[in-house]
Amino acid sequence: MTISTAPTGTARIARAFARARAERRLALVVYLTVGYPDKAATGGLLRAALDGGADVLELGVPFSDPLADGATVQRASEIALRQRVSLTDCLAEATTIVRERDAAVLLMGYANPFLSYRGGLSGFASDAARAGVAGIIVPDLPSEESAEFDAALDPEGLARIDLYAPTTPDDRLARLVPAARGFVYCVSLAGVTGARRALGADVATFVARVRRHTALPIAVGFGISTAEHVGSLRGVADAVVVGSAALDAVSGAPADGRPEALRAFVSTLAAAGKS
Amino acid sequence: MITTAKPGRYGEFGGQYLPETLMPAVAELEAAWLDARADTDFQNELARVLHDWVGRPTPLTDAPRLARAVGLARVLLKREDLAHTGAHKINSAVGQALLAKRMGKHRVVAETGAGQHGVASAAACALLGLECVVYMGTVDARRQHANVFRMKLLGAEVREVDAGSRTLKDAVNEAIRDWVTNVRTTYYLLGSAIGPHPYPAMVRDFQAVIGREAREQALALLGGLPDVVVACVGGGSNAIGIFSAFLDDPSVKIVGVEAGGEGIASGKHAASIVGGSVGVLHGSRTLVLQDDQGQIRETHSVSAGLDYPGVGPEHAALARSGRVRYVARTDREALDAFALLSRSEGIIPALEPAHAIAELPAIAKDDPSQTVLLCLSGRGDKDLEIVMGEGLVR
Repeated sequence: MTISTAPTGTARIARAFARARAERRLALVVYLTVGYPDKAATGGLLRAALDGGADVLELGVPFSDPLADGATVQRASEIALRQRVSLTDCLAEATTIVRERDAAVLLMGYANPFLSYRGGLSGFASDAARAGVAGIIVPDLPSEESAEFDAALDPEGLARIDLYAPTTPDDRLARLVPAARGFVYCVSLAGVTGARRALGADVATFVARVRRHTALPIAVGFGISTAEHVGSLRGVADAVVVGSAALDAVSGAPADGRPEALRAFVSTLAAAGKS
Repeated sequence: MITTAKPGRYGEFGGQYLPETLMPAVAELEAAWLDARADTDFQNELARVLHDWVGRPTPLTDAPRLARAVGLARVLLKREDLAHTGAHKINSAVGQALLAKRMGKHRVVAETGAGQHGVASAAACALLGLECVVYMGTVDARRQHANVFRMKLLGAEVREVDAGSRTLKDAVNEAIRDWVTNVRTTYYLLGSAIGPHPYPAMVRDFQAVIGREAREQALALLGGLPDVVVACVGGGSNAIGIFSAFLDDPSVKIVGVEAGGEGIASGKHAASIVGGSVGVLHGSRTLVLQDDQGQIRETHSVSAGLDYPGVGPEHAALARSGRVRYVARTDREALDAFALLSRSEGIIPALEPAHAIAELPAIAKDDPSQTVLLCLSGRGDKDLEIVMGEGLVR
């Protein structure tokens, strides 16, 4: 363990949400698959997302079988894996962006690559803490299976951000949400990730059900693709998560214009979270 | 039976590694399954359909010419190839379709590799008037196109999956994505003893009919138990079905045969127990084929039904405890066994159980006086085009 005056990853997350709250706007969480469209581009894209107004970065760890993801993230993961992007590469990207920008960074990925990390989960946790990562989001790890992850993450001060879904019943929310750390991630609809034309009709009701059990900030993700979607969540949630739509903004731009296209896209969402 | 500390756990294996959206669905499924299991009306209805429509009990066939050819005293074949739709898959498909209907789910999704589970699901859904969508990798749909036609004829919609390795594992991914999206109305009819709890236990329960019948038939025929029980293992549903009746008989040796592809050393195989390591795939912690980064590897087998990079968690536990011995046989050995059974007994097996037949000479070498019970999990009509180019006919 090292003694350091630098804020922990968790403190960076708390700071990012507090800043958004003080400015009376939605915090913006941007997801990007590490290694998409290529390994060398990731750093520039992460900077562009921050320049556009992202408060928190989610670094997507590619996996061969992303069963909670729609076509966009699946394709991004396949392309990243063709370049053999590993969890170690993701930690290296996190280290760089945290050093350079003091950014709040989470890793999002499936259980198996974390379990396969050399040094195991505790080795991962200590490397992630050293990289300045705040925590991890694991879409195929429900609370029932999370004990060994928590045992490794807790001593390093890393948070495991749980996902809750509109299908999660009230008694389950009452049991699990109070134990949440950092923020609470609500999945906007029953489904996989991916840009959509309309948000689920019951998002507001769902967020209200969750809020009864926590004072932590609530983020809504899955399907959020446009400034309109973001605007419609003002007064409902505290933060929005944008992933597939950000990747679409990247893939829709010519190779030399990708960071600028992403920055511009993120800034329209950031603006929609303000007014 | 492996005793579990908590339901759905087989030692260190099993569990429910699933998106939160599906957690209420698997809880609902477990409750519905346990309820149906204890309900005599449901069990009577299942027994009636298995008898009248599936054609159970399937026979146990003495195979003396095969036994002589491989050097064994006696080989008994449990004839799942004679079940309706040509494989054991129908046992679980019809059981789960009845359960779906009981749960008020009118839409069923399923995955398929060789197409046998897809055909069985399509047939069961047609019988019960349920909507059926089957996901199938484009590679599998090409090599098993007659089964694609069968499924469509039975009224199912076949959605081809052009992602990843374009085989069974990717079909499972896509079926789970559909389930996440339509969870309120849709039942996921998983075909193998894999996936999150309660699937491995439930599929075993529905397939245990194979073992119950075979045990009774063997006792009647032999006046005792067989010395060895052998079955092929992909995900492991036919194997767990027949093994389940003999796990508590210490005198019975049990052998599971995985797909060795071009040989374990080549890396081109689908033997998750013989050549794999502990990992999480499709909702379960089990033995999987993966690289050192935890990415699931592409598999290879001449048999689409065994071409899967994981195995049911109970098999992983049975391997770990040593109760069942798991081995692998190559494509070539399976093809030779395919021809051997055809010529010696007038039975064309599916390529999947041909792997089990290919293990018989090794069992004979161990002790030629043994009586072996083999699960002939399906018939080979679906595989004729694949084997035509393999020089089996002079």
